[in-house]
Amino acid sequence: MFHIIKNRKYWYIISLLIIVPGIISLFIQGLNWGIDFTGGTILEVKFTKSVVSQDIRNVITQEGIKVSSIQLTGEGNYLIRTEELDTAKRDAVVKALENELGQVEVLREDRIGSVVSRELLQKAFLALLIASVLMLLYITFRFEFYFGVAAIIALLHDVFVTIGLFSIFQWEVDSSFVAAILTIIGYSINDTIVIFDRIRENLKKREKGEALEDLINKSLWQTMARSINTVLTVIFVLVSLLLFGGSSIKIFVTAMLIGVTSGAYSSIFNASPIWFDLKRLSSKRKS
Amino acid sequence: MRLGKFTLFSGVLILILVIGWYMFLGFGSVQPLVKHTVLGLDLQGGVHVVFQAKELPGSPVNDKTMQSTISIIETRVNELGISEPIIQKQGKDRIIVEIAGYKNPEEAVRTLIKPAVLEFKSPEGEVIVSGKDLKDAIEAKDPSTGLAEVNLTFNAEGAKKFGDFTTKNVGRNLGIYLDGKLLQNPVIQEPITDGKARITGYKDLEEAHRIAVLLRSGALPLKLEILEKKVVGPTLGADSLRRSVKASIIGVIAIFVFMILYYRFPGFIADFALILYATIVLGVMIALKATLTLPGIAGFVLSMGMAVDANILIFERLKEELRLGKTLRSAIDSGFKRAFLTVFDANATTLIAAVILYFLGTGPIRGFAVTLSIGIIASMFTAITFTRWLLFLAADSKVVKNPKLYGA
Repeated sequence: MFHIIKNRKYWYIISLLIIVPGIISLFIQGLNWGIDFTGGTILEVKFTKSVVSQDIRNVITQEGIKVSSIQLTGEGNYLIRTEELDTAKRDAVVKALENELGQVEVLREDRIGSVVSRELLQKAFLALLIASVLMLLYITFRFEFYFGVAAIIALLHDVFVTIGLFSIFQWEVDSSFVAAILTIIGYSINDTIVIFDRIRENLKKREKGEALEDLINKSLWQTMARSINTVLTVIFVLVSLLLFGGSSIKIFVTAMLIGVTSGAYSSIFNASPIWFDLKRLSSKRKS
Repeated sequence: MRLGKFTLFSGVLILILVIGWYMFLGFGSVQPLVKHTVLGLDLQGGVHVVFQAKELPGSPVNDKTMQSTISIIETRVNELGISEPIIQKQGKDRIIVEIAGYKNPEEAVRTLIKPAVLEFKSPEGEVIVSGKDLKDAIEAKDPSTGLAEVNLTFNAEGAKKFGDFTTKNVGRNLGIYLDGKLLQNPVIQEPITDGKARITGYKDLEEAHRIAVLLRSGALPLKLEILEKKVVGPTLGADSLRRSVKASIIGVIAIFVFMILYYRFPGFIADFALILYATIVLGVMIALKATLTLPGIAGFVLSMGMAVDANILIFERLKEELRLGKTLRSAIDSGFKRAFLTVFDANATTLIAAVILYFLGTGPIRGFAVTLSIGIIASMFTAITFTRWLLFLAADSKVVKNPKLYGA
């Protein structure tokens, strides 16, 4: 059977090929923060007459308001992002649109002050930190410390892959993105643990002379069908939500899709090899 | 084939189908999914606002002024005829208001934060009577002209002040100001000693009603600024609900088909376990009166994808045990025993993430964390109790004897 552990340097390279450009992109262009983080107003409106986004931009700019983006989301539906609008300005915008472009229905309006958005970011980091520490503790308690370290590295791998790709493609990041990242963490760890669990079991009935790398490789292949099938069922649901679920949950579903796929990869190709390397390094140091 | 066990086996499957159908699709007008779950603002349309309270001259932000601000907002919300609003204090100086399913949320928010300071002023700018002197304010239509107006009744003290001033100042003007804006500046025709006054000039009874509500509820002791506002129109809400339900159904059907194709007979059993699982989750959500939000639906369906995982783990084990040459019954037995710990460890960590999300998240995100947590617990429960029992039952009833159909 194909030896996953012996070929581990290739898996590390594939991971780095995705993560490194992502990190570079994070430093150069950062993330496309949605108004949940920057503060601002989103108006989702429906026009009965046919209009193009340039018309909308002109009308709003004439009111002296900065427009950051206008996006077509459906037939006659536009998502307009602007600086934060107070009630008077918001009314002025809607009125101007009605005067210039015909009947307007406001489908959705989000207004976020910058104070709230800063708090959200702090909470997100806090959540990520607490979750990582608690999981490390849980795995150390149920398995052993190196398993925990390897699992956390695999988890950070998935977080960086997701954030990195969002940065490279400049997809918008909102509060549901934070929820997606946390779910990815839970999911990625779940996947990893199933494999570690099998390694733990095989270690108990290890035959004399069986090399650790062969034992890990055997465990990986024993759990391979499960690893793939599980991620497949989740992907079915996510793809269905992405195709038919409407614009409101697109960011969440996209992030989940990337994270879950990356999670399946890192569980198989990163977590166990890393654990093997950690074990090897620590036994070298001892001897 | 033993008839008794076989009857029981098929009976259970049919029962699950019926219950599942009832909970999700309903029979005729009885629709538990739609009628008994609390739909979030994003699904039924509504507004979520966070107000930041700021001090006014002589009125600092403290527990007392916050309390009275909140109770004034409550009065206004109730009198506008808004049902089941959520009004909460957040931290020391913020107020969260959530209004669902109201036809004009924008207008409602505007009414809620009106300071509503009513003043009757002399031409010199001296305040004669104010909102504090009001006993009642009610909208009405002038019988002769048919125009909307607000009728004011002052309390005893107010009536006396008002009477004194109008007696001494016949022929002069008396300005009526709301929030510093001059509404009217009528000339005093004769002394008014009955403590009644009226404000005219409203375009319809509805507008007069809103002002009357404001005046009755009194002036806000604090200034309210909008910190965050999320409005979902009813059209978009209904659209999101329809779309996400459709997407969920398609996703779930894909899982069902996959499970049968790949795992054969156990996959078929797992599909029933999934229906039962989904029914339990929905039942718990109804019992807890948990709010179903858009991310919540996503979490629900996602947890179904994860719930299958417990079954997959068990079936993969089952296959291995069968390959080792064990009998069907003992393979099922040891398959479950060995898979249980794995399922437990794996789910515990996901649960940790969900709980943290719940405590640090707000609104819709919380809805997601709730469905995910309920989902994880319910999935473990159904996998290790129900799936196991059904598989034993199937093995005993010899409905499917060929181990190949178990994927071996």
